[in-house]
Amino acid sequence: MLAMVFSGFVVAALLPWLHRRIGDKASLVAALCPLAATLWLASGFVGVTSGDVITAYLPWMPTLGLDLAFRLDGLSLLFALMISGIGTLVVLYTHGYLHGDPRQHRFVMYTLMFMASMLGVVTADNLILLFIFWELTSFTSFLLIGFNHDEEASRRAALQAMLVTVMGGLFLLAGVLLIGRAVGTFSLSAVVASRDLLVDHPHYPVMLGLVLVGAFTKSAQAPFHFWLPNAMAAPTPASAYLHSSTMVKAGVYLLARLHPALGGTEAWTLTLTGFGALTLLTGAVMAAGQVYLKRLLAYTTVAALGALVMLLGIGTEAAVEAAMVFLMAHACYKAALFLVAGSIDHETGEKNVTKLGGLFRYMPITGATALVAALSMAGVPSAFGFISKELQYAVLFQHGWLPVVAVVSGAFFLLVAVQTGIRPFWARYRETPKHAHEPPWTMTLGPVLLGVITVAGGLFPGWTADALAGAAASATAFAPVDMHLHVWHGFNRELMASLATLALGGIVVLVSPRLAGLGNRMAGLARLGPDRGYDGALRGLLSLAKWQTKALQSGSLRRYLMIILLTVIALFAVSFARSELSLQLRDRTPLTLPMFILCALIVVASIAAAVSASRLGAVAAMGVVGFSIALVFVLFGAPDLAMTQLVIETLSVVLLVSAFYYLPAFTRRSTWRGRARDLLVSIFAGVVMTLLVLLATGVSVGEPISDYFAATSVPLGHGRNIVNVILVDYRALDTLGEITVLAVAGLGALALLKLRTKNGGGES
Amino acid sequence: MTSLILRTAARYLFPLILLFSIYVLFRGHNDPGGGFVGGLAAASAYVLYALAFDVKAARGLLRVDSARLTAWGLLLALLSGLAGLAAGRPFLTARWGKWTITETWIVKAGTPLLFDVGVYLVVLGVTVTILFALAEGEDEAS
Repeated sequence: MLAMVFSGFVVAALLPWLHRRIGDKASLVAALCPLAATLWLASGFVGVTSGDVITAYLPWMPTLGLDLAFRLDGLSLLFALMISGIGTLVVLYTHGYLHGDPRQHRFVMYTLMFMASMLGVVTADNLILLFIFWELTSFTSFLLIGFNHDEEASRRAALQAMLVTVMGGLFLLAGVLLIGRAVGTFSLSAVVASRDLLVDHPHYPVMLGLVLVGAFTKSAQAPFHFWLPNAMAAPTPASAYLHSSTMVKAGVYLLARLHPALGGTEAWTLTLTGFGALTLLTGAVMAAGQVYLKRLLAYTTVAALGALVMLLGIGTEAAVEAAMVFLMAHACYKAALFLVAGSIDHETGEKNVTKLGGLFRYMPITGATALVAALSMAGVPSAFGFISKELQYAVLFQHGWLPVVAVVSGAFFLLVAVQTGIRPFWARYRETPKHAHEPPWTMTLGPVLLGVITVAGGLFPGWTADALAGAAASATAFAPVDMHLHVWHGFNRELMASLATLALGGIVVLVSPRLAGLGNRMAGLARLGPDRGYDGALRGLLSLAKWQTKALQSGSLRRYLMIILLTVIALFAVSFARSELSLQLRDRTPLTLPMFILCALIVVASIAAAVSASRLGAVAAMGVVGFSIALVFVLFGAPDLAMTQLVIETLSVVLLVSAFYYLPAFTRRSTWRGRARDLLVSIFAGVVMTLLVLLATGVSVGEPISDYFAATSVPLGHGRNIVNVILVDYRALDTLGEITVLAVAGLGALALLKLRTKNGGGES
Repeated sequence: MTSLILRTAARYLFPLILLFSIYVLFRGHNDPGGGFVGGLAAASAYVLYALAFDVKAARGLLRVDSARLTAWGLLLALLSGLAGLAAGRPFLTARWGKWTITETWIVKAGTPLLFDVGVYLVVLGVTVTILFALAEGEDEAS
């Protein structure tokens, strides 16, 4: 199980090496990885669908409640099979699609990484682990959408998809943390079993809201749907894989998985059905105005995701069944249609459906597959999509106006099916930029297999769909679901609705040429919508960042110092006012004459440094302060400190004098007002420090730790110098960190100085 | 800056300060001292030499690139921590060895000493790197 999840990462890491050895054939070898995962899953098919659960466990960070815990039940199996199965076909397809492209192995690499992350999402049995994989899918999706990174549109789409989904991911993380706190563990199986604890929890609405934002952004629910059509900038295999059949369903998976824990409440039902229905309508109607193959399909994907969320929102056993069947049907026909769209684009060089036609003569296999997939999408009787549509209608008829939404959107589905699967092949032939012919076998195998599954699912649903969808529905409904799909349900109102959908769809197809203009206008409208909002938000964020950088990072050392000191003073003032501390000036060491002389020296030298008219004078005065402080250390019996202070003082004087060389001549530029302000701030800072020290000595927090060090320094640390034993033994990790910082700072200073020298020496 | 007195003094002081810095480094475990002060003292020896002669001469005395010295010091400190890890204890756990050479001469050494040498090298390397780089700009102009 662990091997299944992680092999994708391993193979992806090996791929560049393999590619150097055997060239593009590496992709064919890489396809064995998802194939192996599929076969492994298939071997567990009978067991898992009859109720068994496969688990794997490896401790990772047990103290944080984070473990590599995986669990494969019916729901996970359904998703994992789709991910690995379609993954195999997509990797093969890529071999043909990016034939001769030097970046082919990179694409396959990203795809495998995505597949592994996605398998992690659907099998993780720990909420934090799920979140990590969830973010990994966003990240790999970013790489895939932005694959053609020399195109502005690709970069924008990639960034947009990532920002939207990662933002949702952060919401999800917050929700996960709340859920984990409420339940007391991040184990997903424990969370799923503690519905009472969660639903009655005072934070339930917050948890639900946060999780839903995560799921909605990932699964492109309105109003976050806009990133999905834009993500079509990705190469077609990625669109087919991530943005139709798998990644966008991660949100659906999460909702299905958490349905037993969070679902069934009024808030859940209302939110999910509301947003689901809205997304279904938005996607379907928006699809009508599109002319590009992939965008047509993308909007119907949005719509399909809406339908899934809506069904999960209803949440009854029948609804969950319908959702699972629709999930399977949709994954098959949509991935097939995407791959067909990719083939058409690849072989003809044209992706505008209005300029395509008559391709069946040249691409019979692809054409036949497209027909099957399109019929399933349209919900024509005897296709798999028909069965799923019937189930949906059966559920929706119990919920007021929802059947109307389904019928209307179904009509648009029919339109898109005709546009993408039928029209390019059967309409009047049109010249295309390239002369069309059948693509290589790697590119036909995927759509054909998916087409075969679609036909098999439509004609013999009892074979596999029953068991798989049933097991998945059982996990979602948290109760055993016995599922029996039928090809024919008899003459009932569901059939009537189906026929009405087809009829309405026919009308839509007939008037569709006129719809195109309407669609264009709507596309303009859509640009005013969420996409515009995204741009605005991004611009706002950037200008906010610019403003705050300008305000805080002025580049003036004095300004920084001022901000730091004022902050310290303010913090001290606030906490002193709140605390009940009072100054207790007792048990003070009596002031001896040497001490008095030293202190007087420090004060005089400080003032001299501040008023000195030359830099050298100021540095010398600062040196006096430093050496006097070293002497104070000596008087108080801290030879270590004194020694270090002495050497440091010496070196700082040299350092400052060397640095002067780079500075312009000393002039008095500050105004009297500015100097008065500086004086005030420095006096305040001095007072605060003094008070702080006096207060700190008056407070005792438990046993001072120095006693422990003094007692154990020799027996444990083998040294009598406690300071040094602490530095190199007890607190060695701190010291290691400090010297690392020191080394980095040194290198940074070196880089700055050398850079300056190279740019024409000191520019004084 | 050329001063015969400074140059002569520097020539004699340089090895003395360097020796002293190593002495400070090793005595650090039982008496005031340690890698940090030792490193600073060693750096001051090189800086003194650079002031009396020039940076190039001081660099020549150092023989290795100061930035590289820093890196070696960091690596040494890191490696000293691995000893604990190798013995199945947490990272940076001290390991000690004790060798009896004669009745009165017992040598004790442990990984904290290695660690301290690492600190010494890093402090020396960083200080010298920054100061030399600063002083070099001055030399080039004059």
